[in-house]
Amino acid sequence: MNTNHERAGTGAGARGRPDYIRIEGLSTHFGDGGEGVLALKDIDCSIEQGSFVTIVGPSGCGKSTLLRILAGLLDYGIGRVVLDGQPIQGTRRDVGVVFQSSILLPWRTILENVMLPAEVLGIPAKQARERAMQLLHMVRLDGFEHKLPRQLSGGMQQRASIARALLHDPKILLMDEPFGALDAMTRERMNLELQRIWMESGKTVVLITHSIPEAVFLGDRVFVMSPRPGTLERVLPIDLPRPRSMDVMSHPTFAAASLSIRERFSHAASFD
Amino acid sequence: MTTAMLAKTDSVASSDDRASPPAAAAIQAKPKRRANPLASTRVQSILLLAALLGAWEAAVRLFKVPQHLVPPVSDIVVALWRGLATGPLAKDGFWYHGGVTVTEILLGFLIGSGVGLAIGIVVSQMPKVEALLEPYVAALQSVPKVAVAPIIVVWLGFGIGSKVMIICLLTFFPVLVTSIAGFKAVDPDRIDLLRSLSATPWQIFRKAKFPSALPYIFAGLNMAAAFSVVGAVVGEFVGAQAGLGVLILQMEAQADTGGSFAVCVVLSVIGIVLSSLLRRIQRRVLHWMPADASQRTVNA
Repeated sequence: MNTNHERAGTGAGARGRPDYIRIEGLSTHFGDGGEGVLALKDIDCSIEQGSFVTIVGPSGCGKSTLLRILAGLLDYGIGRVVLDGQPIQGTRRDVGVVFQSSILLPWRTILENVMLPAEVLGIPAKQARERAMQLLHMVRLDGFEHKLPRQLSGGMQQRASIARALLHDPKILLMDEPFGALDAMTRERMNLELQRIWMESGKTVVLITHSIPEAVFLGDRVFVMSPRPGTLERVLPIDLPRPRSMDVMSHPTFAAASLSIRERFSHAASFD
Repeated sequence: MTTAMLAKTDSVASSDDRASPPAAAAIQAKPKRRANPLASTRVQSILLLAALLGAWEAAVRLFKVPQHLVPPVSDIVVALWRGLATGPLAKDGFWYHGGVTVTEILLGFLIGSGVGLAIGIVVSQMPKVEALLEPYVAALQSVPKVAVAPIIVVWLGFGIGSKVMIICLLTFFPVLVTSIAGFKAVDPDRIDLLRSLSATPWQIFRKAKFPSALPYIFAGLNMAAAFSVVGAVVGEFVGAQAGLGVLILQMEAQADTGGSFAVCVVLSVIGIVLSSLLRRIQRRVLHWMPADASQRTVNA
């Protein structure tokens, strides 16, 4: 926890162990018993502490399954998934998850929603409230603390859910297509904000997306997955300076990376 | 029917409130329009009721309908007055019999829906038990519960107990069925959210499942409230010593149809008060729902 705070603010510069998250020979089936569809096959990878990894792939490539396994929400079949030196067995307190939809509880105000992890994990209310207010400020929702979720736009709701995922100061932030439902303009703004939040907090982030520009823009490394069964096709380092602005999209490195991912996709699609 | 009318006047009142700013603007343009009380929908619906009652009175007197078939409105009003102008313990008064009926309704409603909710909660947390019980619940739900009223009176006697039992039976099923449906309809994402935070099963229930199921549970409670009045009257018809149902039977035996109508008015008022109390609680508990959405769930 303390190292986390020390690292806060230094952002991308601070790096920890290279195999902070380690996945070895992971294969998993969908559905009960052995006769389900093979969802993931022979996944091998490591994720460095404090880095931003994006996972991109067409729908049905098992990327959400992979994230749910990392979150401890899903049992995995064959292989080993180690997180901070411990094999994953169920959910963990040092992980924050942002889902595809904001999943704010409609009967709670925004502040109460953001404070939900504190209630569940037994963090004292006063301390949690203070932190929730800071986080709401960070995601630029000052003044909306006492509004109900339905009074906020989709983008604002998703920002509130990011604040909620950060409340208990998790070391790892797992994001499952968090901006998929947003319009292009809001999405770009959210990408910039997420980069800022990540640089300020210094957490390890794994973000799933089906948008190639989003993956390249946000990731230190992009994991490219192929569908049915989901395999890790390629790991692509993105060598672009931080903080990145939207102008980076016209950078040759950005264009080259996007193109090479797109080629992988069309290659994979030909198997269908 | 009466609850529907109540809901209608409610919505009329609220739409009036919402429309007030433009209406205020209209005052300046046409000051005379606002001054006419006949323009108000509420006044119009009261006038409509008065007209209908007047037509009833006139028709009965004009066509000389026998009073034991259809009494004139004035007879009903007189009977209502006579019944209400009695002491709380007078055996021929509305207060005594009404008190018995209301007690039966409240006890039966609270116990029946309480047990229904409790079993609904327990069963919902155990998917295997739920699958096991589901066909029986469905089958029992389609048994007309009032049909067993005579048996229950044989078992439990003519006192208040048999009536409470009948109301329990009538209110138990809608609350059980809707609460099971409510827990089934909980967005699995909400459960995943709580699970991702390592929440205990109790925390998941308290913070996600129960509040999510509440709109359904209230739909069941609203049904149960309407059934409980029916149950009380049916139970009293079958066999009782006191209650408004007994009073109706006594009055019918004396061909006092005006009196029976008056008791029906009292029963309607009890039903309206009960359902509007429930609605008020619902509005407070489900304050986070948009008004039209909560209304829709109730009707569903």
